Amino acid sequence: MQWETVIGLEVHVQLATHSKIFSGASTAFGAEPNSQACAVDLGLPGVLPVLNEQAVAMAVQFGLAVHADIAEVSVFDRKNYFYPDLPKGYQTSQMYHPIVGPGEVEITLDDDTTKRIRIHHAHLEEDAGKSLHEDFHGMTGIDLNRAGTPLLEIVSEPDMRSAKEAAAYLKAIHSIVTYLGISDGNMAEGSMRCDVNVSVRPKGQETFGTRAEIKNVNSFRFVERAIAFEVERQIELIEDGGTVVQETRLFDPERDETRSMRTKEEANDYRYFPCPDLLPVVLDQAYLDHLRGQLPELPADKRERFQHELGLSAYDASVLSASRDMAEFFEEAHRVCGDAKQAANWVQGELSGALNRENLSISDSPVSAKQLGELVVRVLDDTINGKAAKQVFQAIWHGEGDSADAVIESKGLKQVTDSGAIEAMIDQVIADSPAQVAQYRDAEPEKRGKMIGYFVGQVMKASRGTANPQQVNGLLKDKLDALL
Amino acid sequence: MALEDSHVRRAAHLARLAVSDEQASDFVEDLSRILDMVDQLQSVNTDGVSPLAHPLDATQRLRADEVTESNQRDNFQRCAPAVENGLYLVPRVVE
Repeated sequence: MQWETVIGLEVHVQLATHSKIFSGASTAFGAEPNSQACAVDLGLPGVLPVLNEQAVAMAVQFGLAVHADIAEVSVFDRKNYFYPDLPKGYQTSQMYHPIVGPGEVEITLDDDTTKRIRIHHAHLEEDAGKSLHEDFHGMTGIDLNRAGTPLLEIVSEPDMRSAKEAAAYLKAIHSIVTYLGISDGNMAEGSMRCDVNVSVRPKGQETFGTRAEIKNVNSFRFVERAIAFEVERQIELIEDGGTVVQETRLFDPERDETRSMRTKEEANDYRYFPCPDLLPVVLDQAYLDHLRGQLPELPADKRERFQHELGLSAYDASVLSASRDMAEFFEEAHRVCGDAKQAANWVQGELSGALNRENLSISDSPVSAKQLGELVVRVLDDTINGKAAKQVFQAIWHGEGDSADAVIESKGLKQVTDSGAIEAMIDQVIADSPAQVAQYRDAEPEKRGKMIGYFVGQVMKASRGTANPQQVNGLLKDKLDALL
Repeated sequence: MALEDSHVRRAAHLARLAVSDEQASDFVEDLSRILDMVDQLQSVNTDGVSPLAHPLDATQRLRADEVTESNQRDNFQRCAPAVENGLYLVPRVVE
């Protein structure tokens, strides 16, 4: 039987506010345990929440970026459950009137086609603390620094049909929130976390199969792996005559499997009700227009512009627009050198290679966009050849010069295009290589093309890489053929 | 609505409240009376009335995104039964 996979994602994004959603405690990552948990976060008696305006603004910005309806009135509810990292006994969330209504996100697939994934809604809520299950004399340690950190939970419709689509969707959300600057998107630090709903159904069937919710899927790679495992598990189960039960499963990246969480049957009885401590949040049109005016150009628009206005390939446009830092670097390099294709090649080639080797992000690049742009200018105006350009890049990377021109000057890399000078070098190489010249002369004419490489190499070496390679090739051939 | 002992026990369990047998039967009576009142309210025609999120006719004030709290961990942890390395210790939770 042919099976179809149906996937929906719930993505929790920690918003990059300075303070918590309902208190003035800091949200900075990595502080001493419980040093950023104030009376409100601890749920001490008599405290009241006061909503952070920046958390509201960030949620609205996300909504605008995904073309969603923004609720004129949104309401906070209490989601009640008992767990020690939730000291109030409830999570303040938005169940019935979320701030962001239906919207959509465009994802790009491997074959450069695009697909629209609908967003059901996105709501504001508070993060819980952290439980540390290492052994504290048989007890569990609780750090409440994270409690009260603002989260935007983005709930998709079940529109994805493969693990790849789910990963592409997660990347698109990551790209949007980092472009907007509403989250640092750091999945390793838990700034973005993901629950995956997966079901399978016979191809062509209209109704959905029973879904399992997989928690703890916290990297792009894990999303694909967890889904791949879960799909296989469900298909095998059904084909063996079993049925999928609706349950929460945990992804274990070490064993590459999902397994059932032993949860009691009442675990999902959250007894939601409107939070009496918070009034409805009312947003007017002027406020929305103000925020709309502040939106940066978003990844999908950038990709479109890179492809259609700058003439980049769909692949290049998609790679260069994936992160805001990358896009801004490319655009600055392009502005300086004026050649989009060359700028794209350098950013994706030499620069990305060097960054990957040293495990740096583009914002930490030792070579600035301006320096790279100036380097490309010198390639375009034939001051240096491609080989020397790479040397210049490495020199700037290692701090051996502030600009392409300075390095070209100090290392004497200016391309030699004076044919007299090149001819002199060629004559010298020919005079120094009688054995190779003899071989060349005796070789079959069709093999000589390959043999000329040796002489080109020697001439380039003699010029310390600065001779114009096309000129060297042409002149060498003439001179060698004259000896036949 | 007729409330049963099991409803009270379930609600108490969800809130992790210890309720004795005697208390449970008292709660069954008290809560049933509240639910009777709710039933009475249910009989009112509310067509065209939107649900009320809050009794006050006011909207949420927002605060500026500023860190105004300082570290008061030592004060807060004085009333905690067990702490270690800055962490609150609780009976072991296993998922």
